[in-house]
Amino acid sequence: MASGKREPFDNAFVEWVDSRLPIFTLMVKEYRAFPTPKNFNYFWNFGAIAMVMLVLMIVTGIVLAMHYTPHATMAFNSVERIMRDVNWGWMLRYMHMNGASFFFIAVYIHIFRGMYYGSYKKPRELLWIFGVLIFLLMMATAFMGYTLPWSQMGGWAATVITNLFSAIPLVGEKLVALLWGGFSVDNPTLNRFFSLHYLLPFVILGVVVLHVWALHVTGSNNPLGIEPNGPQDTVPFHPYYTAKDTFGLSVFLILYVVVTFWFPNVFAHPDHFVQYDSMVTPPHIVPEWYFLPYYAILRSITFDIGIPFTDIVFINAKFGGVIAMFGAVIVLFFLPWFDSHPVRSARFRPWYKIALLALALDFILLGYVGMETADAVKFGIPLVYVGQICTLYYFAFFVAIVPWLSKNEKALPLPKSINDAVLAAKGA
Amino acid sequence: MSIRKFAFSLFALTALALPAHAKEGGGHGEAAQHWSFKGMTGTYDRAALQRGFEVYRQVCASCHSLNLLSYRNLADLGYSEDQIKAIASEYAVMDGPNDEGEMFERPARPSDRFKAPFANKKAAMYANNGAYPPDMSLLAKARHGGADYIYGIMTGYADAPENMTLMQGQYWNAAMHGNIIAMSPPLSDGMVSYEDGTEGTLHQYAMDIATFLTWAAEPHMEARKRTGLKALIFLLVFSFIMYGVKKRVWQDAH
Ligand code: HEC
Ligand code: HEM
Repeated sequence: MASGKREPFDNAFVEWVDSRLPIFTLMVKEYRAFPTPKNFNYFWNFGAIAMVMLVLMIVTGIVLAMHYTPHATMAFNSVERIMRDVNWGWMLRYMHMNGASFFFIAVYIHIFRGMYYGSYKKPRELLWIFGVLIFLLMMATAFMGYTLPWSQMGGWAATVITNLFSAIPLVGEKLVALLWGGFSVDNPTLNRFFSLHYLLPFVILGVVVLHVWALHVTGSNNPLGIEPNGPQDTVPFHPYYTAKDTFGLSVFLILYVVVTFWFPNVFAHPDHFVQYDSMVTPPHIVPEWYFLPYYAILRSITFDIGIPFTDIVFINAKFGGVIAMFGAVIVLFFLPWFDSHPVRSARFRPWYKIALLALALDFILLGYVGMETADAVKFGIPLVYVGQICTLYYFAFFVAIVPWLSKNEKALPLPKSINDAVLAAKGA
Repeated sequence: MSIRKFAFSLFALTALALPAHAKEGGGHGEAAQHWSFKGMTGTYDRAALQRGFEVYRQVCASCHSLNLLSYRNLADLGYSEDQIKAIASEYAVMDGPNDEGEMFERPARPSDRFKAPFANKKAAMYANNGAYPPDMSLLAKARHGGADYIYGIMTGYADAPENMTLMQGQYWNAAMHGNIIAMSPPLSDGMVSYEDGTEGTLHQYAMDIATFLTWAAEPHMEARKRTGLKALIFLLVFSFIMYGVKKRVWQDAH
């Protein structure tokens, strides 16, 4: 990393360290002087917000782990002991519980920002791939964290989701036994989930370093999607974006505090406060809200795939659902190659913009379908059909609409430079 | 549609969907009551907590356990140390082994957990026609509707409609999922006489026990809101300042 030419520091101690390990030079280069487009809007706050939430999750999580007992007969009560007897334990637990939700809110907005302004495109493909990897790791982490209190909902969600792996041909059954550490969701499952739930956030941290490293090679994208041409288009990261990010973060934290301290259980299902009982199946098993769209995609594959009018089945409905669910995340990795349109920002691509906003609504609708029971009917329409149509649009967006638009969409004229656009907006 | 408008609509949509999610699958027809602990600075009404504890102790405790609570927790209700010692000592708990290796019974101490009515789940079910009276420590959080639900169960008993046949030990209840409950109406007017002179009506009992059970499920609610208020005020002021700082920093940038 930052070796080579180095400006000496005035402070003797700083200089002593920096001449041996140029960490201060690195910080100055990457976080003070770092030239950043001067036209960011508030969507650009969410990367920094996500970073703060990650740190917050790690800190609260480590302290919770000091009081938590990962054992099937003791986990539920140890969490209640944290809630009742550990000093500030209730606050740690509620911060961690709702922190996960707000982490996902931030990252969903962050991903949407990337898609809207075309931040995934050349030369930022690898940066985008690290992002999707972070998202995938976050999902695994949150899923395993949800089982740790050993509640009815957590335990049964773990049962339902791990059971899905049994649909994979040949290795499925073995894989499930490996996940469970036995023949059902039980103490060994809880132990390995705890171990991994502690590990994965640090893996995420590592990937975040790569993600930010890649960002600092290419530089940031911006709402116009055109590259800065020189110093007139950029400002140094500090103090301009440190001030703006701190302001944005503070507003975001206001929402987080309101939920954490006044509605701490609004994202939690009542069955999350009943101890897990493998003999009592809850009437309606739902995952956490941030998984609901993917859960709906899973459940919308209700048919076997094979040769029509014969009994030959290549992929049964269960396996098909699993492929669709994971596929819905995996497909994001390939977005930079589905979309080779030279213009990045949706501002100048009216059709892409409509298709993307429709995708966002589609995703929310999927979340709604995932929340309801599988046989629910609303306004006379069975929700499975709604889920199936939404699933179809979800995949069509990536593999058909975007590639087609990428070849055929005529973009609006781009401004000459960031500076021109900013001045024009000011003059108007 | 501009992206700003779109983001705002999304936010509004989510805000509307959230309460709907919270209600989903809820009981039937329990109306929202007025609770002292609702609202931004709501607190538990201490007198209601003490009355609710009386109802629990005299009625519900013969079937429902409260395993996550210790007698010392009653300090939150406004009882003095001596009162708590006296309350605890009314219950006999198993201890030991003593120096001779024998288990023995002794009066409970403030540090002991609430004594459960049954030794285990099987015994509780055996005594209740096979129905399990759930532990009440988290009941207010473990059901949609919380305190309103508990109030609803207490006051929701009525004759079953003509077309519905109930089995022995089953009762019709407006608040219960599926309207059938295997608990006989536990409360009726005048059943518990209150020391503070409050009139002993079913409505009053139901309000008090629901308040008590909400505290049992969420004993640190008051501290939570107080802490939240400090954090909120800090962040509001900080956001305001940072907005000014941001404006200052950016004024010469464009
Ligand atoms: C005679 C024993 C008995 C007494 C006394 C009793 N209960 Fe129950 N209770 C039960 C049983 C048994 C059930 C389980 C009913 C079922 O599953 O249908 C139950 C269920 C409940 C439920 C519904 C729980 C659910 O699953 O949603 C509530 C609420 C409740 N009791 C509150 C109380 C309160 C409050 C009191 C005191 C005022 C009380 N009970 C007194 C036996 C009792
Ligand atoms: C732990 C979660 C994450 C953290 C902490 C994080 C952090 C950051 C930070 C600090 C930035 C720079 C500031 C900004 O542009 O907002 C950034 C940029 C970026 N992130 Fe993330 N990120 C996370 C997850 C993701 C995910 C899941 C994706 C996509 C799937 C993603 C895609 C991107 C892209 C494309 C950029 C460059 C954006 C641009 O300059 O336009 N990130 N990230």
